[in-house]
Amino acid sequence: MTQLIWLVIALPIFGVLFNGILGRRVGYKVVSIVGPLVVFLAFLVGVGAFFETMNRGGAPVTVNLWTWATIGKTFNVPINLLVDPLSVLMVLVVTGVGFLIHVYATDYMVHHDENGHAHPDRDFSRFFTFLNLFIASMLILVLGDNYLMMYVGWELVGVCSYLLIGFWYDRSAQEQTPIDLGPDHESVKLAPLLSPAASGMKAFIVNRIGDVGFALGVFLIWQTFGTLQFDKVFYSAQFVPQASPTIIPWITFLLFIGAMGKSAQIPLYVWLPDAMAGPTPVSALIHAATMVTAGVYMIVRSNALYALSPTVSLFIATIGALTALFAATIALVQVDLKRILAYSTVSQLGYMFMAVGVGAYSSGMFHLTTHAFFKALLFLGAGSVMHAMHDVIDIRRMGGLKDKMPHTYRTFVIGGLALAGFPLMSGFFSKDEILTKVFEFSPILWTIGIVTAGLTAFYTFRAIFLTFHGHPRDQHLYDHAHENRSPITVALWILAILAIFGGLLGLPSAVIPVPHLMDKWLQPIFVSHEEVVHHLSLLKELVLLSTSAVVAVGGIGLAYFFYVVNPTIPQNLARQTRPLFNLLANKYYIDEIYHEVFVNSGLNFAKNMAFGVDRLIIDAVFVDGLPKLVNSLGQLLSRLQSGYIRDYALATFVGVLIMVSYFFLR
Amino acid sequence: MIDQVPLSHYLLLSAILFTIGAGGVLIRRNVIVILMCVEIMMNAVNLTFVAFSRYLDSATGQIFVFMIMVVAAVEVAIGLALLVELNRHKESTNIDEFNSLKG
Amino acid sequence: MQLIFFYILAVVAVISALGVIFNRNLVHSALALLVNFCTVAIFYFMLNAQFLGVVQILVYAGAVIVLFLFVVMLLGADLGEQVTNWVTPQTLLAVGLSMILLTVVGSSVFEYPVQGAHGDLTMVAVQQYGQVQLIGAALFTDYLLSFELAGVLLLVGIVGVIWLGRLVPQKVKETKQV
Repeated sequence: MTQLIWLVIALPIFGVLFNGILGRRVGYKVVSIVGPLVVFLAFLVGVGAFFETMNRGGAPVTVNLWTWATIGKTFNVPINLLVDPLSVLMVLVVTGVGFLIHVYATDYMVHHDENGHAHPDRDFSRFFTFLNLFIASMLILVLGDNYLMMYVGWELVGVCSYLLIGFWYDRSAQEQTPIDLGPDHESVKLAPLLSPAASGMKAFIVNRIGDVGFALGVFLIWQTFGTLQFDKVFYSAQFVPQASPTIIPWITFLLFIGAMGKSAQIPLYVWLPDAMAGPTPVSALIHAATMVTAGVYMIVRSNALYALSPTVSLFIATIGALTALFAATIALVQVDLKRILAYSTVSQLGYMFMAVGVGAYSSGMFHLTTHAFFKALLFLGAGSVMHAMHDVIDIRRMGGLKDKMPHTYRTFVIGGLALAGFPLMSGFFSKDEILTKVFEFSPILWTIGIVTAGLTAFYTFRAIFLTFHGHPRDQHLYDHAHENRSPITVALWILAILAIFGGLLGLPSAVIPVPHLMDKWLQPIFVSHEEVVHHLSLLKELVLLSTSAVVAVGGIGLAYFFYVVNPTIPQNLARQTRPLFNLLANKYYIDEIYHEVFVNSGLNFAKNMAFGVDRLIIDAVFVDGLPKLVNSLGQLLSRLQSGYIRDYALATFVGVLIMVSYFFLR
Repeated sequence: MIDQVPLSHYLLLSAILFTIGAGGVLIRRNVIVILMCVEIMMNAVNLTFVAFSRYLDSATGQIFVFMIMVVAAVEVAIGLALLVELNRHKESTNIDEFNSLKG
Repeated sequence: MQLIFFYILAVVAVISALGVIFNRNLVHSALALLVNFCTVAIFYFMLNAQFLGVVQILVYAGAVIVLFLFVVMLLGADLGEQVTNWVTPQTLLAVGLSMILLTVVGSSVFEYPVQGAHGDLTMVAVQQYGQVQLIGAALFTDYLLSFELAGVLLLVGIVGVIWLGRLVPQKVKETKQV
């Protein structure tokens, strides 16, 4: 299976070609079989590779497909696929979660009316074409054995993200109803939501900023090491610091800029909330479970480089911690269910970066995996609610849905518990592991992390209580709501099971005497092959563990108190802290600031170029000036064409004279 | 046996005749006279060929002249036919009248 | 003796050539051209090219001059320009340029020696076989293709002249003008 690993990429590409070329002709039913099937087959290949890798004891295998580019004798880019524990883990996450989301989407992209008639989205096949293309791109990203292939995949997933965010390109921007703060108080106005097309562009452009950094990082790697192969780069890297101590930090910093864009970290996180304009399966797959974790994957893959630059690692951890806290505070007051989840994704990605920043790479991967499970589950649950509520996503118009949609409710709560870090759920173990590792490194970052954990529990259950509990706030929508069909609920339950038991991959070995599976599995890819030593005593570990458990349960309880027991508290609190509330509801006005500082100055620059340089110099001098010059020259020369044959004869005579003189007199 | 008249004399004479013909083409406006001048130029060239043929004991020069004569005869015939046709349109043989090629 | 004869003939040739240009009467021009052609024919005889001399008289003096005269008669001798003043800027320019050309070409006559392989058309061969026979042999062996092409050229010339000289029917002429 390892040698057949190319099938993992080829199968989704087959799906792309089939759905893209024949999709419209064969009808949506065939597409909804072929689309998920290719991903499932890819998953099976991935499972085969997983077992083979396990039998090998995690030794990496490079599968050479062909040589892409050879320039001179030194620049050589082979198309190699790298099969090692890390890439196999990513393949399993991408294809496994991807398959479930494909299945979910076969029903989500179809609207069923009262009579049971199915109305597929008019671009049903286009959707699956892009979705398959994304799977293929993501696999190229994780399977490539050099930075160039990673970069190619990196850009391809960006394109897919753009295409899928703007999938409903004909929908326009939406006004948001202001948040009502009671009869005597002015309501809090909210900025309108971007149209899907604009969101797609925003995502693409913001990502491009990060990608410039990534590309520069790759260039610098080439410049420094003369190769882009992972193993060669990592091997040579240990000799570099003595020669030039600033090179490795620069490389890692530039690569991290790319990760900032792709994985939505401060200051480039702004595109992710707006990316929710895309269809919900896209939000689940690309903007929660897989693509946005590419940055974490890249850093874990390059751990040999990051281990050599502690300053940049500290910077990453700090950015991660700040992002986690920052996004969590915004999520507290959002009224859009998907956006709450989007900010929580940003926040959880912050955790992952905190982990890889402090050198806990396997903890980062562990959280990445569990996060893929429970965040995909939450998004799919939110999509299920949307599907039932006719695309309404504003939690102020929901309420009391738990009886109408029991499957969605139960699975959403499971996902919420996992996200909040409720004890014994998958998120509890992975988050706690990160916090433990961070505590060893810096108690300040740990404090930020634990506060964020509390906020996370609170806003997650705020969303759950507002959506599923209480009384319906929009009776008409409530009456029409219904549980969704089996593809959706089955996908939800499978993910729910994963979200519960995903923690088994990494039980804290200090407390429970079982091996840490994730640590063991990923051990071969880390440069330092020594066993992970725990510096903390069992007591401290237990204290930290129970602290986060208490914080999670406390956050949930607070949410219960606020939104179920005494629903007037939030409004009162918002009134009393109105400026702060305003700030949070408007996302710290970051979008507005960016718009003013970057977008407008860019527009002004473009305007000046257009009306100054382009109109006055390029148009006037080159575009219009040159033809005018040619025209007047032509008119001048056309006077030579007098029409008098004797003039022509004279000219010929003079010409002959000159030639003869030249021949005879030279 | 070398002729008493040196080759250079013939060449010089033919150069003079050629120059007169060329000058005539430039000076006169009457198409008939211009054609006549072209004939003079051709004859000058023919003379050169024959002179070389004589002094190099070669038949090639005379064959050349023969071919030129054929071309010249055809040229005069066609030229004059064109002239007649032109005269029908413009009622003139003045070359300056035929200036519709003006740019 | 031959040299003196050459000089006299050369003067006649030059004067007749000038006469072609500077005669106001077209018929006189044509007659001057006739004189010029005849002197050239005599030069051919002097250069031992008797065949060409005869052809020169037949083709040029006979056919071409007659053709010229014929056209002059057809169109009227007074057609075209009425030269009133020979000394115009145009004339002076032409004369000046011609003088430069003459200088350049004439000087080259003395500058460069005549080089080249000698052929087999020697005086001895001419006296033995006859000039016409030798030319004919060359024409029909080495230069057969160009000889045939010359025939085709003449045929094309004949067809062309007939086509040009035909009377255009009135109807066609009208559509052409439209």
